[in-house]
Amino acid sequence: MLHISDLSVSFRTRRGEVEAVRGISFDLAAGETLGIVGESGSGKSVTSYALMRILDAGGRIKAGSAVFDGRDLAQAAERDMQRVRGREISMIFQNPRAALNPIRKVGHQLEDVLRRHGRATRSNARAKAIEALEAVRIRDARARYDAYPFELSGGMCQRVVFAIALACGPRLLIADEPTTGLDITTQKAVMDLVRDLTRDRGMSSILITHDLGLAAQYCDRLAVMKDGQIVETGAASALFADPQHPYTRKLVDATPRPGASLRDLLPAEVRTPLADHEPGTRPLVQVRDLVKIFPSKSGPVHAVKGISFTIREGQSVGLVGESGCGKSTTSSMLVRLLDRTSGDILFDGFDIAGVPADKFVRDARRSQIQMVFQDATDSLNPRHSARQTIADPILRMSDLRGAALTARVEELATLCGLPLPLLDRFPHQLSGGQKARVGIARAIALDPKFLILDEPTAALDVSIQAVVLNLLADLRARLGMTYLFVSHDLNVVRLLCDHVIVMQGGEIVEQGPAAQVMEAPSHPYTQTLLSAAPKPPAARPSLLKSAAE
Amino acid sequence: MTDATDIPDRKPDGAGAHLLHVLRENPVTLLSFSMFAFFLVQAFFGAMLVPHDPLATNSANALQPPDWTHWFGTDNLGRDVFSRVVVATRLDLTISVLAVAISFVIGSLLGAVAGYWGGWIDAVLNRILDTIMAFPLFVLAMGIVAALGNTIENIIYATALINIPFYARLVRAEVNIRREAGFALAARLSGNSHLRTLAFHIFPNALPPMMVQVSLNMGWAILNAAGLSFIGLGVRPPTPEWGILVAEGANYIISGHWWVALFPGLWLMLAVFTFNLMGDGLRDIVDPRRRT
Repeated sequence: MLHISDLSVSFRTRRGEVEAVRGISFDLAAGETLGIVGESGSGKSVTSYALMRILDAGGRIKAGSAVFDGRDLAQAAERDMQRVRGREISMIFQNPRAALNPIRKVGHQLEDVLRRHGRATRSNARAKAIEALEAVRIRDARARYDAYPFELSGGMCQRVVFAIALACGPRLLIADEPTTGLDITTQKAVMDLVRDLTRDRGMSSILITHDLGLAAQYCDRLAVMKDGQIVETGAASALFADPQHPYTRKLVDATPRPGASLRDLLPAEVRTPLADHEPGTRPLVQVRDLVKIFPSKSGPVHAVKGISFTIREGQSVGLVGESGCGKSTTSSMLVRLLDRTSGDILFDGFDIAGVPADKFVRDARRSQIQMVFQDATDSLNPRHSARQTIADPILRMSDLRGAALTARVEELATLCGLPLPLLDRFPHQLSGGQKARVGIARAIALDPKFLILDEPTAALDVSIQAVVLNLLADLRARLGMTYLFVSHDLNVVRLLCDHVIVMQGGEIVEQGPAAQVMEAPSHPYTQTLLSAAPKPPAARPSLLKSAAE
Repeated sequence: MTDATDIPDRKPDGAGAHLLHVLRENPVTLLSFSMFAFFLVQAFFGAMLVPHDPLATNSANALQPPDWTHWFGTDNLGRDVFSRVVVATRLDLTISVLAVAISFVIGSLLGAVAGYWGGWIDAVLNRILDTIMAFPLFVLAMGIVAALGNTIENIIYATALINIPFYARLVRAEVNIRREAGFALAARLSGNSHLRTLAFHIFPNALPPMMVQVSLNMGWAILNAAGLSFIGLGVRPPTPEWGILVAEGANYIISGHWWVALFPGLWLMLAVFTFNLMGDGLRDIVDPRRRT
């Protein structure tokens, strides 16, 4: 149905013309689901924009053809494309909230599309819109019709966007990272819905994602993209079982999956033995009945409802939960950026919760408790070079100056695998992985005992995530730090943590040794979380064997 | 374990190289900076370079049209218009630079405090700024100069005061969106007090948009100072100042002596034009993200 051959897309930039897509070819049969998988900058999104002819200014299709139903989309006139978009090919985007008009009721937005394409008249538009909302399994569609986008959750917004995309009965759906930023259970619900509805209607679909595991679960066939080229195409199970291209193998390796150890994520040639990790027995952090209540206009919000847990010295504890479960509030209180409402936080036996967050800067324990932030870009000062960023905590909280300071900064950079010439660069001149290394180097600059890792790999590509997770494990072994690893991704937590705490609605619903929680979860919520995580097909047995050796 | 794949041997640009890059990149910036240099030369060396004493009168030679001795002609007292226009540059630039500097500093302080701490400080400050903005600003400046006395200092204070709200609001917004940014929290964890975090981590990030404001403001400040002098407040004759020169010349336009008002007006316009054009270039210079 769709036949793409030698498609090339280029962009005009300050540094001349850049080819984002370099001569890709693939076919899509009617009713087939194709996954296009690749890391950031691989050209996977640009390919879909080129198909819809919605490239940014400066971008153009340089060569090749994209024949859809006998018509070459690469050459079609803009007038023809307007008929194709929405009616023949629909697209759903990454951020559903941004795709909806914030000041119009979702029902009206759906009606607009239906009436524009002659699928409804003024008199029956409302009924048809409600019908469309029901089709995407929105409960109580009649009431949701009058909701504004901000009143709906992210998953609900994505369903509305999906309803709009399906409104005119297109034959091809392009989903560009449709679940990035959604919780894992919501992701599963949305993806199941997309799969069921496209299957029922006999539609073809293209799923564009960075998540190999997700693509493998929902797609018939995968195309792996790198640097604007398709390096490998094949059925998901075959691709996992026997990746042909080295890049595919690297991606398959780097995807966290049950049964793999941290080192298995790295390419085989750089796997060094992992140091033994033996947590101590002395409690380092003891949290007792910690409560946080935020005042708000509609009454107090109980973000954290009296949680208690203990972190032993040298232990790595995973704090898992979906957005709004209170895990970020808890980590902010532990790192002393936020005051608690009540409860104790004992650090080495001393109640640090008693020191107000504003005063904690001058507390002797400030350098002992540090944090690596979620978004490496946002957490680095755009005006400071990597060197200044890493030196900042040393300047503020120690007496090292001059040559000793320079030596220490360079030692930290080496420890974190940051090449020394990069130290004089500004954040915008560094890649995502390099920025993550700078953030980690800053956090460990003063040899903290306790490091809170707030989803440190959430914004990174899987291959970079694999490297950063291994770096964290190596640092733990060398410096004997205790970790609290905050994450929504159970597959990642499993790799790094000895102990897992699962939070839901401000409460701890389950905690215990990682293996026990992962293999035999006792609470239904943990079971839901585990079953919602994408399950990549088993990797090639020989790969596992080599890892075991 | 390293992803040391792309380390170009090229070092990041230094400040000087970056300045050259910005100037080369954008011809408008180059033009505006050249014109700014032209005005700076007049401001610093104008009094030495001009061919005639700007205050020397010669009634025998009054209201002469431009010729090779008097490039811009002479005024009603026979003073050389060119010399007066060039010498006036120093006074006009001084007034506007000082006024903008004062409003920049005070506005930044107020805005940063309000944006960072919020709460009642923010509420009180905003109401005060609203009150200032509620007046027609030029009339407010007139009132201040008239009340405080007809001196150059008072022109500076008045111009500064009416510009403070623009800086305070801009800084407040820029600081506010960065208050909870990751790098600000990270600075707190690194042992920076609130004050240090604000001054050394958050505030410098507000500079690029501030530079655009500074440059536009310089233009307004010159116009404001000239405007006050034009209506007889502030600088007093015979001191050469563009506003006064235009005011004096305005009386002779009807009688056909166009040059007396035209040339100081032209200089005034060029100066304002220069500052308006400089904004984007200044922003690019202070923004490290423009360095590649």
